[in-house]
Amino acid sequence: MTLLSVRNLRVSFPTRQGTFEAVRGISFDLGRERLGVVGESGSGKSMTGRAILGLVRPPGIVTADRMELEGQPILNLPEGRMRRIRGRRISMVMQDPKFSLNPVMTIGDQIVEAYRLHAGGAKPAARQKALEMLRAVQIRDPERVMGAYPHEVSGGMGQRIMIAMMLAPDPEILIADEPTSALDVSVRTEVLNIMDRLVRDRGMGLIFISHDLNLVAQFCDRVLIMYAGRIVETLAAKDLHQARHPYTQGLLNSLPRLDAPVDRLPVLQRQDSWREGDTITQSLETEFPGGL
Amino acid sequence: MPPAPNGRAAARRRRARSIGGTVLSLVLTLLGLLLVTFIIGRVMPIDPVLKVVGDRATQAQYDAAYQAMGLDQPLYIQFARYLGDVVTGDFGRSISTGQLVVDDIKRVFPATVELATLGTLIGVLIGVPLGVIAAARRGGVVDQVARVVALVGYSMPIFWLGLMGLLVFYGILGWVGGPGRQGIIYDGMIPTVTGLILVDSLIAGDWGAFKDAFSHIILPASLLGYFSLAYISRMTRSFMLEQLSAEYITTARVKGLSERAVIWRHAFRNIRIPLITVIALSFGSLLEGSVLTEIIFSWPGLGQYITKSLLAGDMNAVLGGTVVVGTCFVALNLLSDILYRVLDPRSK
Repeated sequence: MTLLSVRNLRVSFPTRQGTFEAVRGISFDLGRERLGVVGESGSGKSMTGRAILGLVRPPGIVTADRMELEGQPILNLPEGRMRRIRGRRISMVMQDPKFSLNPVMTIGDQIVEAYRLHAGGAKPAARQKALEMLRAVQIRDPERVMGAYPHEVSGGMGQRIMIAMMLAPDPEILIADEPTSALDVSVRTEVLNIMDRLVRDRGMGLIFISHDLNLVAQFCDRVLIMYAGRIVETLAAKDLHQARHPYTQGLLNSLPRLDAPVDRLPVLQRQDSWREGDTITQSLETEFPGGL
Repeated sequence: MPPAPNGRAAARRRRARSIGGTVLSLVLTLLGLLLVTFIIGRVMPIDPVLKVVGDRATQAQYDAAYQAMGLDQPLYIQFARYLGDVVTGDFGRSISTGQLVVDDIKRVFPATVELATLGTLIGVLIGVPLGVIAAARRGGVVDQVARVVALVGYSMPIFWLGLMGLLVFYGILGWVGGPGRQGIIYDGMIPTVTGLILVDSLIAGDWGAFKDAFSHIILPASLLGYFSLAYISRMTRSFMLEQLSAEYITTARVKGLSERAVIWRHAFRNIRIPLITVIALSFGSLLEGSVLTEIIFSWPGLGQYITKSLLAGDMNAVLGGTVVVGTCFVALNLLSDILYRVLDPRSK
């Protein structure tokens, strides 16, 4: 079932030198699956996430032929209606918990705020819910963490707290924007596993934005490869190594491999023709009947 | 958990050390201030003996006074005596008023405090919201208006604005009381308790005297308030802009919070800390720097007192006033330091 359907999404910013297009006409559908979005910096992957949430600030302009959440259009909704979708139905976890948590509010207050905003209810009930969420992300001492400030917890813990906070109102879609890039390698897997389990248990759709191809291949069901604001290729994560687009192949070739060591990794060669080329879609019909 | 008590003891030690450090730096600052005022007092080309004995005294009288004032002693002994005097609250006698400097300051300082407090209050109550709204609607109408208001506040000479204010609101419209703190009929009618006439008249229950004092203070306080507003609103705006571009603001928006909650509950909470320092410094500068306003409005305050004493070569009064202003500055800094620690969880 399709949760989110996007057709020909464009995000552009007027500048003195003319209009800069960060996202240039991308289309995809998201079901209750884990969708990876991969690309280098500036390829428009984060901007896509923000456009879905209606968080592109003026003077940025978002247009699309279609942007629907379970059949309802959500493109350029009035702020008031968009606020009821943000957090409640679509949520987002950002890169670095050091910056994405408010430094002068306790963690408990921040989770309770997220939950009560959409679920309402009394404070004690919200507190119980917050404790339950902290336990769900395997925080050992949730009572103490509730009263702690963000600077008092580690990065991995901070990101688990972010996940707990963003999932507290039970959204249907979670956008994870490089959720492990700022974390130590040792806690990445732990955070990912927790996020994975929660997203699966709730039958949510996950948009996992990353520049780490291997991580995405392991973790996601399906991958979109973005280049210069376009999707150049879309394929099942398990088929990543059979990618046909030269850009995807180039990305894969520039990663070191234990099973095929080379003296010198190739440098990624970019071609202008990729900017306008069509999306290569690989046999998705068999994977997702009625999908793209 | 075994490490907890240990950690708590360490935290207590750390806190004790940081308080000790603050007090030590406070004492050193005050000592430095006294040293500077002492040296200024000694290097000024004003002969304090001549001021006391007059220019027709004999050499014997002059020498006797010279010794009586301790000027024959080495400088460090003189400084030690000066320190002792200041600590016991003795700044000597003012030559121009003939009274103890301490009594003079007790009389004039409340007038300045009253004016500066009301001015700062006006500056904060209008300047902070103005700065916040200007930052939230960057480039909008409020932002443009705030920019012009601040620019005028920065660049207009206060004596001109003061004179124009008197001309329009007192001379032509008659909305406010004229120069001075009180009208003639209320002068000396209110028993002095705090020295702040607005407070004293309320304590005395004299509504008429309160209204009279208010009508006198409102114009100079508004002027001072306007100047601190200009500064406070600009600082608030730039603090807010910095916070509004922070990642946690995006988090708050992703949660679905209203723009008002994002701005006041999230961003504003983070600027309270630097804002306190700005407000304290602005208040401190009003305590010492409202000389022009005090002169234009015949406000019997500290700025006017120090200026008049300086022109009369009355160094005891000048040094006494300087020490009071300096101490206020140090105390305000200390206060903002303490509030910092209370409000910023990261400093605990």
